[in-house]
Amino acid sequence: METPHHNQSWLRKYVFSTDHKTIGLQYMFTALTMLLVGFIFMMIMRWQIAFPDLPIPVLGRWLPARLAPNGVMTGAFYNSLGAMHGTIMVFFGIVPLAVGAFGNYIVPLQIGAPDMAFPRLNMLSYWLYFSAAVFILASFFLPGGAAQSGWTSYPPLADFNPGQTAWILAMVVVITSSLLGAINFLTTIINMRAPGMTLWRMPIFVWSEFVSSVLLLLAFPPLEAGSVLQLMDRVMHTSFFLPKEVMIFGVLYKGSGGGQPLLWQHLFWFLAHPEVYILVLPPMGIVAEIIANNTRRPPHGYKIIVSSMLFIGALSFVVWAHHMFLSGMSPVLANFFLVTTMIISVPSVAILTCLIYSLRGGSIRFNTPMLYALAFLPMFGIGGLTGLPLGLTPTDIYLHDTYYVIGHFHYIVVTGSILAMFGGLYFWFPKFFGRKMNDTLGKIHFWGSLVCMNGIFFPMFITGMAGESRRLWMPTAQVHNLAVQPWNVVGSISAWLLFLFQLPFIYNFFHSLFYGEKTVENPWHATTLDWACPSPPPHGNFSEPVRVYRGPYEYSLPGAKHDWLPQNLESEAAL
Amino acid sequence: MSGSYRWLGLPVAASSYAHSIDYGLLLIHVAMLVIFVLWGIFFAYLLVRYRQRDGVPATRDDERHGWGSLIPDLIVMVFEIALIVFYAIPVWSRIKVDEPMGKNVNTINIVAQQFAWNVRYPGPDGQFGMTDPKMVSFTNPIGLDLKDPAAKDDIVLANEIHLPVGVPTLFNLSSLDVIHDFAIAAFRVKQDVVPGMMIPVWVTPTKVGTYELYCAQLCGFGHSLMHGRVIVQSQKDYEAWLKSMAPVQAAAAQPANSANSF
Repeated sequence: METPHHNQSWLRKYVFSTDHKTIGLQYMFTALTMLLVGFIFMMIMRWQIAFPDLPIPVLGRWLPARLAPNGVMTGAFYNSLGAMHGTIMVFFGIVPLAVGAFGNYIVPLQIGAPDMAFPRLNMLSYWLYFSAAVFILASFFLPGGAAQSGWTSYPPLADFNPGQTAWILAMVVVITSSLLGAINFLTTIINMRAPGMTLWRMPIFVWSEFVSSVLLLLAFPPLEAGSVLQLMDRVMHTSFFLPKEVMIFGVLYKGSGGGQPLLWQHLFWFLAHPEVYILVLPPMGIVAEIIANNTRRPPHGYKIIVSSMLFIGALSFVVWAHHMFLSGMSPVLANFFLVTTMIISVPSVAILTCLIYSLRGGSIRFNTPMLYALAFLPMFGIGGLTGLPLGLTPTDIYLHDTYYVIGHFHYIVVTGSILAMFGGLYFWFPKFFGRKMNDTLGKIHFWGSLVCMNGIFFPMFITGMAGESRRLWMPTAQVHNLAVQPWNVVGSISAWLLFLFQLPFIYNFFHSLFYGEKTVENPWHATTLDWACPSPPPHGNFSEPVRVYRGPYEYSLPGAKHDWLPQNLESEAAL
Repeated sequence: MSGSYRWLGLPVAASSYAHSIDYGLLLIHVAMLVIFVLWGIFFAYLLVRYRQRDGVPATRDDERHGWGSLIPDLIVMVFEIALIVFYAIPVWSRIKVDEPMGKNVNTINIVAQQFAWNVRYPGPDGQFGMTDPKMVSFTNPIGLDLKDPAAKDDIVLANEIHLPVGVPTLFNLSSLDVIHDFAIAAFRVKQDVVPGMMIPVWVTPTKVGTYELYCAQLCGFGHSLMHGRVIVQSQKDYEAWLKSMAPVQAAAAQPANSANSF
């Protein structure tokens, strides 16, 4: 088990590393790059949404005529960008950042483990993910271009639309990577905790990764199976998802007969709803860590938060068909999913209330990570509240497939998850690199991003309410959208401004990496074990065996000299 | 009544059940606003009240009051149960589960394809004729089998639906190729159209006027161009329109027949 790590070659140490920290950083760099790529796709799409008839400035001249004749993008290219934006952001951006990067780096540290349970499997997970990421980007250059059937890839459209085969292959590889990662996390958390680290002493972030891993492990296989079935439909002309006599532009499609398009939707959403919680739970865990640290008090209702996460995890497997109220499945069945959907909102409200209550009695430090964690609360609140009219069957009839839906889930995953993970980056940056990020640049990045994100997503509620459908290449072609078209322009301008506000972050990140203020082991005066090892931690993490004496958030103990007491110290005298 | 929904930015409500959907939207958004504002005030108060100050240490929770934070949860839960029991299930059942039946129901078949809506009326005999995919051609987009006597008087239109005001109308939705979604914002109607299935959806138009029919489910590169008109007419105008279609359908039947014998 113990490997000699002094004489490792550069390649073994930084590229094909089995160290959870290197792998975590590899995940982080790749996922941040993918987030940027997905964001660039969206910025190009936003031009088409705001000014549908005008050629794309600058970029339009460089794009091949196949994609954008005279600089105006085609419907097929718009759909490709849309499908790639969704797929990249969800499967190649947020999940790898939340689980692959933060999970990999922080979880072993927080439970006091020297590494993950299966270091080589960990390396394999990363390289599978990396290959899939490269492959899905390369699909733009394949004949037929990138997939263009939406990130949901509903057949029959996805069964014959160009580019889909590459999408499926990339998905199968990235799913395999996630499954291996999930097994690794579960094994690590169950088996590798330091002595004294009982389950109820685990930090909330570790719990959130634990629940996410269970979800990944149980929810992804149906989509993997579904992807293979779709691959067979495309390549071997089976018809799992094709009913008989499908006519494509007046020509009978050869492979069609006997299948059921709705089967795919069930397989897809059986994954994709738990997936939403995989996107949300680790960021919630990050927020809990940051809030506990910067209020200098234990979070309110540790057990309520953790049990709510477990409850959400279990329940997330029986809500999937609320994405399918209008899909043609039995309308009576919708009632069941209506009820489960309303039930699952209860633990989410509980977590949010606990996090807000945690502020009460605190001594709140408004540093950059804390600003992100605090912004998460009302923003996630908007995302959660706007889920209500979508979860209720009658109002969903009107709002389904409109921009309202897009606004809703972007409030959850962008102003929720991504803001929280930015906070996490600023929070753990000293641990990752032994240097601090610049606070002023961090605050510029924060306020700019917060305002611009709202500028993108809030108008979506307005256009959605007016009945504007999502995924429209030419929104102005439909008369009822014309009145709200100015809001699309507002959203697009906000998106481009949002990009400008990411520049301070990118500069800050790389500048601080090399020239940032050097920091100590525990710059935030935190209590969890990730701060009980050097920054950055050496191979094997802890210089001496760790023992855990208390819960994760022993801040402001009455009568104590300091306002924090780390988990690994027997008494305050050692501080 | 309809004026009170205006601030939500909803389009005109032109069907019998549009108001029950709008009412729900209004109710939920008012509740959302109240919850958010109350939360926001409390949140802002906490941030100001408990900001870091010299000499004021943080205080820990009293363990005995640990469950008090579940009270907002309880309120939200009761509100949601009330919504389910008194609003969602009854309204949903009326719109989606119960279908209007009887002689006065106007039945129209909708056949979606990339990227057009084929609208088919049964004609004077009140019966839809058979279709056969082998007969699909440019002039016969849904493959009407013109050897079937019931098919001969069927009226097929593209991207245009005429409806008499106040008459319950049942649409039978089907698709030739991929999944589409039959959406009319003014009617608050939306339903996926799935190939291989025949899905019913009904509506009673209440206002004379012209509205937009569009596809709400990504169906390919021309998805955003797949839209048409819904023309709601008085009973008299509607019947006059139906009569005016008779020569058109007779003419349409001829070339389609000969095209078939090629």
